[in-house]
Amino acid sequence: MNRQIRFVGIGIMVLFIALFVQLNYIQVLRADSISNNPLNGQRVVREYNQTRGNIISADGVTLADSVPTPNSQFTYLRQYPTGSLFAQVTGFFSFTYGAEGAERSYDSILTGANSKTPLPRNLNDLKNLLTNGNRSQSITLTVSDKLQKAAQSALGTQTGSVVALNPKTGAILAMYSNPTYDPNVLSQHDQTKVEAAYRSLLAEPGNPLSPATYRQRWFPGSTFKMITASAVYDRDPALTTKSYPVSSALTLPDTQNVLRNFGGETCGGQLPELFTVSCNTGFGAIGLDLGAQKLADQAQAFGFNQTPPIDLPFAAQSSFPSVASFSQNRPILAYAAIGQASVQATPLQMAMTAGAFDNGGVIMTPHILDHVTNSQDQVVSTYQAKPWLRATSPATAQSMTRLMLSVVNSPDGTGTLARIPGVQVAAKTGTAETGTGQIDAWFAAFIPGRSIAVAVLVPNQPNADQYQGGTIAAPIAKSVLEAYLAGAGNPVASSPTTPTTTPTAGSH
Amino acid sequence: MSAVLPRRRPARRRTELGLLILAVILTGGLYVLAAEGKAGSLPANIGPFLAVIFALLLIAHLAVRRLARNADPVLLPMAGVLNGIGYVFIARLSPTQARYQAAWTAIGVLVFVATLLLVRRARDLERYRYTFAFLGIGLLILPLVPHIGENINGARLWIHLGPLNFQPGEIAKLALAVFFASVLVERADLLSQPTLRIGRFIFIDPRYLAPILMAWGVSLLIFLAENDLGSSFLFFALFIGMLWIATGRTLYLGLGAGLFVAGSIFALKAIGHAQSRIQAWLNPWAHAETTGYQSIQGWFAIAAGKVFGEGPGQSSAGHIPEASTDYIFAVIANELGLLGATAVLVAFLLMVGSGLRIALRAQRDFEKLLAAGLSLILGVQAFVIVGGVIRLIPLTGITLPFVSYGGSSLVANYILLAILLRTSHDIETPQAIPPGAAGIVIDTTLTGISGIQRESA
Repeated sequence: MNRQIRFVGIGIMVLFIALFVQLNYIQVLRADSISNNPLNGQRVVREYNQTRGNIISADGVTLADSVPTPNSQFTYLRQYPTGSLFAQVTGFFSFTYGAEGAERSYDSILTGANSKTPLPRNLNDLKNLLTNGNRSQSITLTVSDKLQKAAQSALGTQTGSVVALNPKTGAILAMYSNPTYDPNVLSQHDQTKVEAAYRSLLAEPGNPLSPATYRQRWFPGSTFKMITASAVYDRDPALTTKSYPVSSALTLPDTQNVLRNFGGETCGGQLPELFTVSCNTGFGAIGLDLGAQKLADQAQAFGFNQTPPIDLPFAAQSSFPSVASFSQNRPILAYAAIGQASVQATPLQMAMTAGAFDNGGVIMTPHILDHVTNSQDQVVSTYQAKPWLRATSPATAQSMTRLMLSVVNSPDGTGTLARIPGVQVAAKTGTAETGTGQIDAWFAAFIPGRSIAVAVLVPNQPNADQYQGGTIAAPIAKSVLEAYLAGAGNPVASSPTTPTTTPTAGSH
Repeated sequence: MSAVLPRRRPARRRTELGLLILAVILTGGLYVLAAEGKAGSLPANIGPFLAVIFALLLIAHLAVRRLARNADPVLLPMAGVLNGIGYVFIARLSPTQARYQAAWTAIGVLVFVATLLLVRRARDLERYRYTFAFLGIGLLILPLVPHIGENINGARLWIHLGPLNFQPGEIAKLALAVFFASVLVERADLLSQPTLRIGRFIFIDPRYLAPILMAWGVSLLIFLAENDLGSSFLFFALFIGMLWIATGRTLYLGLGAGLFVAGSIFALKAIGHAQSRIQAWLNPWAHAETTGYQSIQGWFAIAAGKVFGEGPGQSSAGHIPEASTDYIFAVIANELGLLGATAVLVAFLLMVGSGLRIALRAQRDFEKLLAAGLSLILGVQAFVIVGGVIRLIPLTGITLPFVSYGGSSLVANYILLAILLRTSHDIETPQAIPPGAAGIVIDTTLTGISGIQRESA
């Protein structure tokens, strides 16, 4: 009988070796390919059940946090206390639809997946090593709650976008657009409700899920004249003293068409005059004089046809047509020079463009992250500002600043509504024709030396005098600038506990 | 003759105590890690927890010290550590189940002590063979009785007594192992010598096989009626294995393989349950949301564990259906990785090895066969469920001994452990022959088979 018993022993040994081999196959040999199987929801579940760091505004307001949910299928509920105010900055964190906005671009920081586990040096380190809980990190943004609120209240119920940034660092200070959405509906646990909410958001006009500030594009209209004018200084200085005839229409080459001024006005003269009154006929002629290559080069230098390196997902490229496309159709060049034709820009692009003149011609890398803190509130890393593009020379930047100041200060300037007592505002207005009989009102401005540039877009307005960049968009930009001057953009001056002193739109 | 007589083994209990303390440390450590990993804090009841598991294992240890002091020192600590690991993972998955499991562990230990008390010599069991046969079959039928039996997950193998769910098949398997062992030992000669001549061929007289075949057939039918494929297979393997160990005739293995194939084909044709299990085994991906769901989720969990595991308490494997019972091995492999999973397998191998060593050292055929049969149960049951979970073989829902959640399984395995330890003690203890009983115990038919030594008289 002993022989058989030994054989049984060997047999069971063989069976267990087979188990061991299969375990190695699953856990070692094919571990990664099994884990990456698209059917593997466990990875998502795990992520969803992890603690996730908070997102905090520059002035200390919690924009996103995770609260434990003991009686739910998931361990935590992601909440957005500011609701729709920051939706397009923070994005959302959804079980079904993944993450958007900062939740997406800083996912590995928020979950702590990026943080290297240090060798434990004390009991707390050891505890962190053993638990998932404390690895998450919080991010503090450069966007301030107060300036964001100022942008929101300045826009009111109008569809539109506001981007405010610090041209010296590239830090985004406000980034708001209507329509927006409440990210809380997408992060809730009931996935049937999430799906319904997502579908209805997709069907909404204006596509709130796609942030208009950096992911949607419009004709920049006359705000593009900032680029055309700077191209003159940079690439063809002789044109700065050329005087263009006073006229209400510009005859275009190779065609019977004429380019007309807004509202049939007549204008003409040298570059500063043309810029101050935003003379279409003059700038159309400048465009033709400059030629396609120089204008395209200048647009490229300001970041057109490139994806801005902002730390938010899927930023749109602003676009300027290729040089070759103008050779077939010269009249288009005149339209491109005034920001029409196929020229398209995001509000972010126009804020960066205006800001470049306040930073010696350099566009800094736009960013929303200020610093990262660990679960013990220690700062782990701080965003280091870095230049993105040299858009123009310092001398041109100075000349451009003079031109843009006159847009606001000069009695016949188009941006007089943006005047702020005691402060010099430099700006350019834009009233782009959409081709559907409507206009998009633009305003791009900065306050020289005060580290603030702002772009405002109010699209799809009726084509009438009172709906121009200088009349609709300028007051919005003005109130955002005023809020900034009152301290709303300054993270040091404000704290979440102080009562709101947000200045309301230009009441004085 | 006296040279082969075993000596007394006082050191064995010290070894056992040492190993038990290690088991308590291991379980306690794992419990703390799981709580840290899950909640990020020390478990509130860590003190009482350690005290209770230590007390339970100490009771078992003292019982062995008192009642079976020469028994094998490895079995109890291994059972303790498997039980402990199982408890930690059940507690991590479901606090409610953990409370029941704790109670069942206590009951298991008490039943363990009671078994040692009641069964003073393993060979005494031999006398009650038909009692055990009827007990076994009776327990198997019980779930089929209306009002008592209960269907859980398509298998009718539970009985419902007030608040208690009990799976009598777990105990039945032990009773039938005792019955097989005693009957097979008695008839080993007849079963291994062909006596029936039909024409030119000599066959083994089926009359000698009749009681066993009947018990096997009836049990198998009941298992099929209850839809419990895992236990069916386990039972079948036990029967064939013990038959082969007793007779040494390869014929029985061949016969067993043939019967197994026939049974499998029949099950596939007749039982929808079996078909979906095969489907889930061969290609779970095609039915990822239905029959293959459990299998696939188990794979994902195990694969995510990799070599070192995700860490105790840190996985999200709780969503796998039956995570605390059938699929507890997947959770262990997920959180403890290849290393932890292998450790569990090794613990089972050590237990099976110890059991088989007892069988090898035993001098009476009944003890040999019983110890081998019980070891076989442990080894095959662990293989069938682990193999099912990791998709080496089709999944059949049986418990992982000592580890899975489930009272009847735990109690049955503690009884199994007690019988093994009792056998071990018997064979390691020089016995005084009771006056007047000398020589009667030894059946002369047995001496030729395995060279059993007649006890010195």
